[in-house]
Amino acid sequence: MKLTGKVWKFGDNIDTDVIIPARHLTTFDPRELARHCMEDKDPSFAQKVKPGDIIVAGRNFGCGSSREHAPIALKGCGLSCVVARSFARIFFRNAFNMGLLIFECPEVADAVEEGDTMEIDVASGKIFIAGKGLSFAAQPVPPFMQELLRDGGLIPHIMKKVKRA
Amino acid sequence: MGMTITEKILAQGARLAEVKPGQLIEVQIDMALGNDITAPLAIDIVRSAGVKSVFDREKVALVPDHFVPNKDIKAATQVKILRDFAKEFGIVNYFELGEMGVEHALLPEKGMVLPGDIVIGADSHTCTYGALGAFATGVGSTDLAAAMITGKVWLKVPESMKFIYHGKRPPFVCGKDLILYAIGQIGVDGALYRAMEFTGEAIDELPMADRFTMANMAIEAGGKNGIIAPDKATEAYVRGRSRRKHRFYASDKDATYVETIEYDVSRIEPQVAFPHLPSNTRGISHVGDVPIDQAVIGSCTNGRLEDLEIAAHVLRGRKVAPHVRLIVIPATPWIYRQAMHQGLFDIFLEAGGIISPPTCGPCLGGHMGILAKGERAIATTNRNFVGRMGHPESEVYLANPAVTAASAVLGRIGGPGELGVIPKD
Repeated sequence: MKLTGKVWKFGDNIDTDVIIPARHLTTFDPRELARHCMEDKDPSFAQKVKPGDIIVAGRNFGCGSSREHAPIALKGCGLSCVVARSFARIFFRNAFNMGLLIFECPEVADAVEEGDTMEIDVASGKIFIAGKGLSFAAQPVPPFMQELLRDGGLIPHIMKKVKRA
Repeated sequence: MGMTITEKILAQGARLAEVKPGQLIEVQIDMALGNDITAPLAIDIVRSAGVKSVFDREKVALVPDHFVPNKDIKAATQVKILRDFAKEFGIVNYFELGEMGVEHALLPEKGMVLPGDIVIGADSHTCTYGALGAFATGVGSTDLAAAMITGKVWLKVPESMKFIYHGKRPPFVCGKDLILYAIGQIGVDGALYRAMEFTGEAIDELPMADRFTMANMAIEAGGKNGIIAPDKATEAYVRGRSRRKHRFYASDKDATYVETIEYDVSRIEPQVAFPHLPSNTRGISHVGDVPIDQAVIGSCTNGRLEDLEIAAHVLRGRKVAPHVRLIVIPATPWIYRQAMHQGLFDIFLEAGGIISPPTCGPCLGGHMGILAKGERAIATTNRNFVGRMGHPESEVYLANPAVTAASAVLGRIGGPGELGVIPKD
């Protein structure tokens, strides 16, 4: 599977309060959460972001709260993927469980600029920045995680397996 | 090969003789926790899976504490999801208003989490229970749902980091300062994916309330869990709270640590974390002139009785500065009642503060103390991210209860020393 999308850039320590502020946590509806995604950092982000776009961030992306509403909001915006220097632990877990694709790749954050078009080969973890002729290697997603992501997250994945059995 | 306390608890939970950092294991859990933000989504998942019961009706805790008492219709709807589920599935540990407290203060108080336990909670501050010598970590709603169904969770065994606190704490230096200092030194991802083990004679001398505060903030350094080996103080705390057996674990002398960091606490002064990260810490003598609009004393970090006692000690006979709002939030009904009986409420009210029922409220910008644009608060809470307590252009400064109380009186951030407060002991 190959992803192609426009890059939105964020810095280090993008916390879950920024991804989706707590004042909106009286729902878990993806469409409503998506409308407020990143609003304290960039109030117009939710209007600007297009399906398939990619976030590139620095260290410790998703630090803070355990709210699964954070990956839900990002996925709800149509973002195909988040590439960061590193991820906070609970966010990392939640992203996979929710079926949001993420890649750790320290070099990408330095090389890419907002608005660049990025191409990612999901199986190999190869990242290309079109127009700049740059390519990077992120840690590839293990096959069972890829299957989980294809199924749309942990629960649909488990349900599919249960049905098969 | 020796094991750390974290490795020993996880090995026991996985029914293995030993575990090593990096190993993926599946462990049996002793408690699964959700609140009114995270549990509705987990409940939705459980229901859509078609499951009719949870793995153990006594080992699931549902604590509506974030937007409670319900701040609006949506918040009320969220809590109703918990209430209906608790009734239908026979969840023993559901807490209605009146019994409800801030979850991480409530569970230890009720003896629902004990030394040696494995606890997962859909709240990042679940790591608080490490203060009892339990393995406790935060997860999301999906993991909570899976745990409610199966009683199990998969985990990667974390590497352990050892923090040794030497020496004697100076006056007005609390557990909050010891953990803020460490976060300031290592950064908000300084313990990413790791277990933070707190030891040393300063930890041995530390009261339980302060130990809870320290373990609570392990997540603010990215830690998977914070942990303190149980001792006599732990034994005294848990005695009589539960009929369930507890297990004391301790790290082996030859256990492996990825890093060991040592601090001399006699050189640490009360800390203040500046916006917008818990790692932007400064000693109180280096704060400068920072006027405040609001002071909040409460939360799962510092809303315990001991925290209110120290705040009252500072506030006794003093008045909050003009145009400053002081909000005091006892974390549980028991703490509320004790504080009332001890006359602490009189002190807070005479100083010009208000007393809120137990709630997470302002800590996460929920309700009961939201900041307007450009406003500044000092709080005993755990996070000072952008927009955390309200408007994205407001500011939160983190400190211990004594500094927060003193700042309310001064109208700017300052320590109790400036007011001439004599330490209690």
